[in-house]
Amino acid sequence: MIAGRNERRKFMSSLMFVLALGATVLALVPLGSILLYVATRGLMALNWDFFTQLPKPVGEPGGGLANAIVGTLILVGLASIMGIPLGILTGIYLSEFGRGRLAWLVRFICDVMTGVPSIIVGIVVYGTIVLAMKRFSAIAGGVALAIIMLPLVTRTTEEMLKLVPNSLREASLALGASQWRTTYSIVLRSAMGGIITGSLLAVARVAGETAPLLFTALNSRYWYSGLDQRIASLPVYIYTYATTPYEEMHRLAWGAALVLVAMVLVTSIAARLAGRRVGGGR
Amino acid sequence: MQKPSHKSRRLGDAVFRGLTLLAALVMVGLIVVIAIQLIKGSQLAFTRFGPGFVTGSRWDPVHGNFGSLPLVYGTVVSSLIALIIAVPLSLGIAIYLAELAPQWVRTPVSFLVELLAAIPSVVYGLWGIFVLVPWVRTVLEPFLQKTLGWLPFFQGTYYGFGMLAAGIILAIMIIPTISAVSREVLLAVPVSQREAMLALGATRWETIKMAVLPYGRSGILGAVILGLGRAIGETMAVTMVIGNRPQISPSVFELAQTIASIIANEFSEAFDDLHLSALVMAGLVLFIVTLLLNIIARLLVWRIDRVPEGMSRE
Repeated sequence: MIAGRNERRKFMSSLMFVLALGATVLALVPLGSILLYVATRGLMALNWDFFTQLPKPVGEPGGGLANAIVGTLILVGLASIMGIPLGILTGIYLSEFGRGRLAWLVRFICDVMTGVPSIIVGIVVYGTIVLAMKRFSAIAGGVALAIIMLPLVTRTTEEMLKLVPNSLREASLALGASQWRTTYSIVLRSAMGGIITGSLLAVARVAGETAPLLFTALNSRYWYSGLDQRIASLPVYIYTYATTPYEEMHRLAWGAALVLVAMVLVTSIAARLAGRRVGGGR
Repeated sequence: MQKPSHKSRRLGDAVFRGLTLLAALVMVGLIVVIAIQLIKGSQLAFTRFGPGFVTGSRWDPVHGNFGSLPLVYGTVVSSLIALIIAVPLSLGIAIYLAELAPQWVRTPVSFLVELLAAIPSVVYGLWGIFVLVPWVRTVLEPFLQKTLGWLPFFQGTYYGFGMLAAGIILAIMIIPTISAVSREVLLAVPVSQREAMLALGATRWETIKMAVLPYGRSGILGAVILGLGRAIGETMAVTMVIGNRPQISPSVFELAQTIASIIANEFSEAFDDLHLSALVMAGLVLFIVTLLLNIIARLLVWRIDRVPEGMSRE
């Protein structure tokens, strides 16, 4: 009687083990499928022209997405110039000075902002910058991406700075260093690895963002022609080309997806390595 | 000599502090600007439709009639499908990675699951159009209709595109969020909880079911709500596979539309000011809903962190 019950309990335990393992394997199936398709179909689309030529008009074969690759780099660069320093400064405020209600509010907003759908950011930047400039522009796209980066960089900076032991701060201050010197040369430097990791992850995250670019940077068939002009980007090209009925454009969309995924993954892996090297050494 | 250097040092500190404070205030300003822009932008639609905007069941830009019920319906149903698929799977992953997996499996598998979160939404959409949708049309939907066709959810013609495809793709996209946060929550459960159960002779599953999961309940709920928030706001992948037709139909085979996807679709080519304003108002609704979900989720996940060591909860 008791033996039978124990058998059942053991069976139940093994069954749940198998189910949990099964869930894990099942969840990795789409990942495998996506990476496989992006790699194979993407590789078929990539050639010299893809990296050097402008897109051709509908119906004409060939052409490339060189302008979109450059455009994505410019947009992400713009976003980083604005988002990363601002995020690091805010993170310093939260970790080193932030007490009381304002700090609580900023932390709270930061958490909430990471959950705001990116398309909302697109609407807001359209309503402020695009309408004011009366045109779609690279700068509007960059600002939209920077807004998405900001909370991500802030949170990691704060967390990394908080890991720095207080004894280091005290030692520096006791030696007569001023507070900003302490923060800059001691605290920030000890946490540099983690901050670089966080910033690179934020870069990887916004590089693939499409929704906030749809009505800010829009798209362009030409090369970059100024910060106040519309600009091409890989994600927007993937979206537009995937939703057309043309075979040739589908091919280019897969090529663009491969380049984009490669960029994102390389950045993510670099982020991890940076964190390990600098962070571990100190 | 002493005095000026002392002074300049004080000044340096003040400037530095002021600079960081300024940066922090930018963050506060940002959320204010977002709120103001959304409210200002939706003014026109609000004066025209009032609260009826949310209950109106026709979205018709040609005749200037905007009711967002079909969008709300599409958003809610596609997210529910995503949760139905993603929650059991994510819990399985979290339990496997936190409790069962051998040490050498944990890091690489966690990394792979995180990789799912790193893939851009638009790439999911591309894969959705050319791989998932054909599979849904030729395999999944015929199968569902054959076996469960007597239910109203699985009737009608199938296109491949539609509510079901959107739900599946959302599920794939929120699995990393839910499983990663749940895993953290499970790992935060004190070892003493497990040891006590095991010492009483419980099997591993009984330990998980009676000691670990109840302890992490609110944190896991927070993880699920966080995933829901992500599903509701997800734009590109959904836009590319949902079929983009604002309608209410019980069948998950039907084409549909979500708030986020209609904004992506119609915003840049809106007919007139009223249309644009209606889209911004839809965005405002989306903003408020995701805001609330995120606040609730944070509170729930925070609570698990604050439970003192060794304290059990029923």
